[in-house]
Amino acid sequence: MNEKAKKIVKKIFISAATLGIALMLISGCSRREGSAGSDQSLITIKGSDTMVHLASSWAETFMKQNPDIEVSVTGGGSGTGIAALLNGTTDICAASRKIKNKELQLALQKNIHPNEITVAKDGIAVVVNPDNPVGELTLEQLSRIFTDKSFRWNDVGGPDEPIIVLSRESSSGTYVFFQEMVLKKQDFMQDAKLMPATSAIIQSVSTDKLAIGYVGLGYALAAKDKVKIIAVKADDNSPAVMPSDQTVKSGQYPIARPLFMYLNGEAEGTVKKFIDFCLSTAGQAVVTETGYVAVR
Amino acid sequence: MKAIWKEKAIKLMLFATASTSILIVIGIFVFVGKEAGHFAVEPGLKELLGSRWIPVSFQKESFGLLPLITGSLLVTALATALTIPFGVGAAVYIAELARPTEREILKPFIEILAGIPSVVIGFFGLVVLVPLIKSVFNLSTGLTALAGAVLLALMAIPTVVSISEDAIRSVPASYKAASLALGASKMQTIWKVTVPAALPGIVAAVMLGIGRVIGETMAVMMVTGNAAVITASPFDSVRTMTATIAAEMGEVAFGSIHYRALFCVGIVLLLATFGLNIIAQKFLKKYRMG
Repeated sequence: MNEKAKKIVKKIFISAATLGIALMLISGCSRREGSAGSDQSLITIKGSDTMVHLASSWAETFMKQNPDIEVSVTGGGSGTGIAALLNGTTDICAASRKIKNKELQLALQKNIHPNEITVAKDGIAVVVNPDNPVGELTLEQLSRIFTDKSFRWNDVGGPDEPIIVLSRESSSGTYVFFQEMVLKKQDFMQDAKLMPATSAIIQSVSTDKLAIGYVGLGYALAAKDKVKIIAVKADDNSPAVMPSDQTVKSGQYPIARPLFMYLNGEAEGTVKKFIDFCLSTAGQAVVTETGYVAVR
Repeated sequence: MKAIWKEKAIKLMLFATASTSILIVIGIFVFVGKEAGHFAVEPGLKELLGSRWIPVSFQKESFGLLPLITGSLLVTALATALTIPFGVGAAVYIAELARPTEREILKPFIEILAGIPSVVIGFFGLVVLVPLIKSVFNLSTGLTALAGAVLLALMAIPTVVSISEDAIRSVPASYKAASLALGASKMQTIWKVTVPAALPGIVAAVMLGIGRVIGETMAVMMVTGNAAVITASPFDSVRTMTATIAAEMGEVAFGSIHYRALFCVGIVLLLATFGLNIIAQKFLKKYRMG
């Protein structure tokens, strides 16, 4: 390396060090600002993408009643939310699945005690194209459809055509729930098409005669005129049940899940006020409005 | 004395801002490499050679990169094959044959195409292109590698057109005059003189276009169906590396094997674009020498 090049490299490192120090100073300042959240005029909620809409509707109504409190809602997924709870970067974690054992152990190591509160319920609707003659399926048949490549529509009383299987991405809480509840923990077949969003599933099912997919009940009801909702039988002898508020609440519809909020320990102060609001009549009315099922 | 110091300080600051990009590139390589390195230790790089990508499973998770790499390759190759004739053809027409009014209409429209956000293009693809491909090719679904490639070509074409057009227009007029004076027709001049003279610029344009194609995520994710299968058929659905990272990074547990596997995907992508850049540079150099 010649002298000139050496000089330039030296210069780069000096300026880098300067810049690094400057950045550190800046981030140090902003962190101090961030910790203002602990004085409880700000509540942060982080977690499930399924629940973002619900949580922000709650936050909006709550902030109207309590103008001095600010509620900030972010998505990212249930796993992200739980990680944030463990790291102490969020007050409330919204989760569309139960906390896993591994995560619970990690929490206890960090002296955090996740407190689980069921705030709403969500049904998962199976949807097909409106032109599809199939109207009801058993859980067993659904499981075969989503795992077995050779399973065709004529195996469930439809036309002699292949089935186009649509699923959510593996990052979705709905994916994991469907896998556990309907597929009985088997893997989805490799040919299943993974769609990045619920709207993409609705769109594809509405144009694809041979497609089948699953979406949250709220989304399915909102798109009722574009897709056909399948009635699900728990087994061969049970009656076929259409998903609805009543059937999810009563437990008759078999593909339903609770939605949770996790806190660290018992709720106190502003956080308790917010949780109490979510479970109140007004809060549960918001649940129904946003397309989920109330628990109280 | 004071003024000199001030000037030196300002100069140093400007130098610092200019060299940040180098540091950021190094930083990205170090950080991504570090996380991927953990994967190399546990469970080992052999895991990446598998042919199944099943990151979330109650049975056994597999992190084989092959379906993702072949998926990216297939979509990129198809998109490049579509981009070159359309992009270069359009550039030749605009630069050499179009009347001034035509050029004034064509150029801004092509540039608007470049400015459309990829999510919007993806949504257009999902609503318009996917059903179209399905009915034209009589497939059971239009969510295919081909749909992704067409959208990517749409995004790459503006880059290719505007850079190749510049290259073609900067060919000295004397070349063309000499060719015409020797009795060559207009078409002969374009294909035998102007385009070969502009070739380095056109190659650079295509390389930049491919660069955008490999790194593009959102539009592809919406229309390719994202099934992690190994295939060479444009009518099958594929899962690209970029879509995998974008779709799975949000939910993955920090520090898990899956998290590290995604960084390995990132490394493969980084190396691919890096390699492409080096090839493009070599190409350009060779033509400039000649």
